[in-house]
Amino acid sequence: MDIHEYQAKQLLAEYGIKIAEGGLAYSPEDAVQRSREIGGGVWAVKAQIHSGARGKAGGIRICKTHEQVVEAAEELLGKRLVTHQTGPAGKVCLRLYVEAGTDIARELYLSFMVDRAQERIVMVGSAEGGMDIEELAETRPGAIKKIYIEPSVGLQDFQAREMAFAIGLDADQIQHAVRLIQGCYRAMRDLDANMIEINPLVLTAHGDLLALDAKMEFDDNALFRRQKISELRDKTQEDPREMAAADRGLSYVGLDGDIGCMINGAGLAMATMDMIKLSGGEPANFLDVGGGASAERTEKAFRMVLADKNVKAMLVNIFAGINRCDWIAEGVVQAVKKIDMQVPLIVRLSGTNVEQGRKIIEESGLPIIMANTLAEAAEKAVQARNEVVARQG
Amino acid sequence: MAIFIDKQTRIIVQGFTGKIGSFHAQDMINYGSNVVGGITPGKGGQTHLGRPVFNTVKEAVEQAGAEASIVFVPPAYAADSIMEAAAAGIKYCVAITDGIPTQDMMKVKIFLSRFPKEQRMVLTGPNCAGTISPGKSMLGIMPGHIYIPGNVGIVGRSGTLGYEAADQMKALGIGVSSSVGIGGDPINGSSHRDILEKFEVDPETKVVVMIGEIGGPQEVEAGLFAKENMSKPLVAYIAGLTAPKGRRMGHAGAIISSSGESAAEKVEILRQYGVTIAPTPSAMGETVARVLAKL
Repeated sequence: MDIHEYQAKQLLAEYGIKIAEGGLAYSPEDAVQRSREIGGGVWAVKAQIHSGARGKAGGIRICKTHEQVVEAAEELLGKRLVTHQTGPAGKVCLRLYVEAGTDIARELYLSFMVDRAQERIVMVGSAEGGMDIEELAETRPGAIKKIYIEPSVGLQDFQAREMAFAIGLDADQIQHAVRLIQGCYRAMRDLDANMIEINPLVLTAHGDLLALDAKMEFDDNALFRRQKISELRDKTQEDPREMAAADRGLSYVGLDGDIGCMINGAGLAMATMDMIKLSGGEPANFLDVGGGASAERTEKAFRMVLADKNVKAMLVNIFAGINRCDWIAEGVVQAVKKIDMQVPLIVRLSGTNVEQGRKIIEESGLPIIMANTLAEAAEKAVQARNEVVARQG
Repeated sequence: MAIFIDKQTRIIVQGFTGKIGSFHAQDMINYGSNVVGGITPGKGGQTHLGRPVFNTVKEAVEQAGAEASIVFVPPAYAADSIMEAAAAGIKYCVAITDGIPTQDMMKVKIFLSRFPKEQRMVLTGPNCAGTISPGKSMLGIMPGHIYIPGNVGIVGRSGTLGYEAADQMKALGIGVSSSVGIGGDPINGSSHRDILEKFEVDPETKVVVMIGEIGGPQEVEAGLFAKENMSKPLVAYIAGLTAPKGRRMGHAGAIISSSGESAAEKVEILRQYGVTIAPTPSAMGETVARVLAKL
């Protein structure tokens, strides 16, 4: 789960990380109220969307008067910002964070993430802040310092010092840097974060270290024990279809193609989508209906797939293990009867009770196209889709 | 003898008396697995499915000679159950549970690594379908009837895609020595490479199929291991050709987060390591058949 910059900063502040003075705004009136409260002569008005690279997308405005703050807020609120992380649909900005301008002497980089290969948290730092770290890792790997943290004892001060020196801080700042780095690690551990990124971490003209931007991502599997974090969820930033699916215990990812899919199991779902592509089609979605696909759940899944108006054919591929093909078949027949299906449906069943399942579908009298193998299912789906497109001209 | 489990392996079920545990325990018993009991703290002394219930894994090891366990315990308590099994002297553990927090798995891995290698429990999963040695023993939730005994080893992250592979092989008359699910989570008990190591020294296994997916470094590591250390041919399929970067495809671990993690990149690297690639998911069976024919 992702959260906003201002939420990440508030969490990190509780762990002793310094941030600039700032406040949240939902309207231009709020925004100017915040800039007046903060005082001074420079403010950053920052669009709160779940994405990095907001600056390049015009989501961060530096303002020198209160009038400029109002203008920036008017422009940003309600706007869809498109970055390379949001996809072409972009993300809508409904909240702003107004922050005091910072007198920057140097920009640094600091992050913590779960390293899958090492199976522990890795701390990553660079003296070159503000850059895309992946880009930096490819072009100048030597500019990046990585330190792995032993899970049973946690981050040690010597490691924090090593990082602080590696990112070019000097003796005056080391104590402060160690506190900040330890604070980030504690936040990572105590809140079940998957990632904390402070980019840039800035050294101010007064010698202070503060988090100018902050990004945090949390382990969905641990939200059951992190009530406070769960409450930070902002549904306006998530794909409404994916959210609706999650609420129903389904796993859905919307894609750009036009062949709708309903499959059980994440791996088989990906493989079926691959097969569609290899047969000359494009999947409209990833949808894993999971193990216990009841008739009710099957109907919900159908509605979800068909809610995407791009869908020109739908493919169901179920390999029944815990499930039984006859149950699935009954669910499919019920769903098709209830929903007025406008597109051709291709069904492939395999595994437990496959014969009974096929029989139920054949005897239903519904215009369902049956397939025996994965390859046949994908070919028939692409063919059916092409016929629909040809008819529509 | 296949790997991890055979007809004699004495199995216990952790989370035995719950709905899911009971259902699958019965299924394993029906398959012929040697289930000697189960664990539900507080229900020790009772009998369930005709087998004794124990309060602790340690009791099951001492009193029923348990060697292998399968975990159906809910996510919040699953890591604890896995560590209990390891401390009690269980040799092999399958964790079926889906949704264990990543940091809990880090703790589990550290806990396991503190045992000397010869005493260390092998863990596969979590979030997997389990392990089956067809015709001998099933320690998992798979439909046992789709596997026939034979000499191809299967290792994969996904349950149903593994079934698809076994089914294609069965249609061609190809049997399986053991099939091992390593699970779809970012941090798991055993990697593809760990399982390849076992298959390499298993006399019954002649060819190994690895079913991988996008995300993480494991398939590539396994390919390098095969190139440097394996005498047996390795066939691989990597799912997720159509997966966009940064989007999680169902499994917590199936997300392309850095370079080298996409299906196309993994396939390219595996080819360079001399791994035979199944070009499509429907060609897994025939690719294995071709490799077997050359032996």
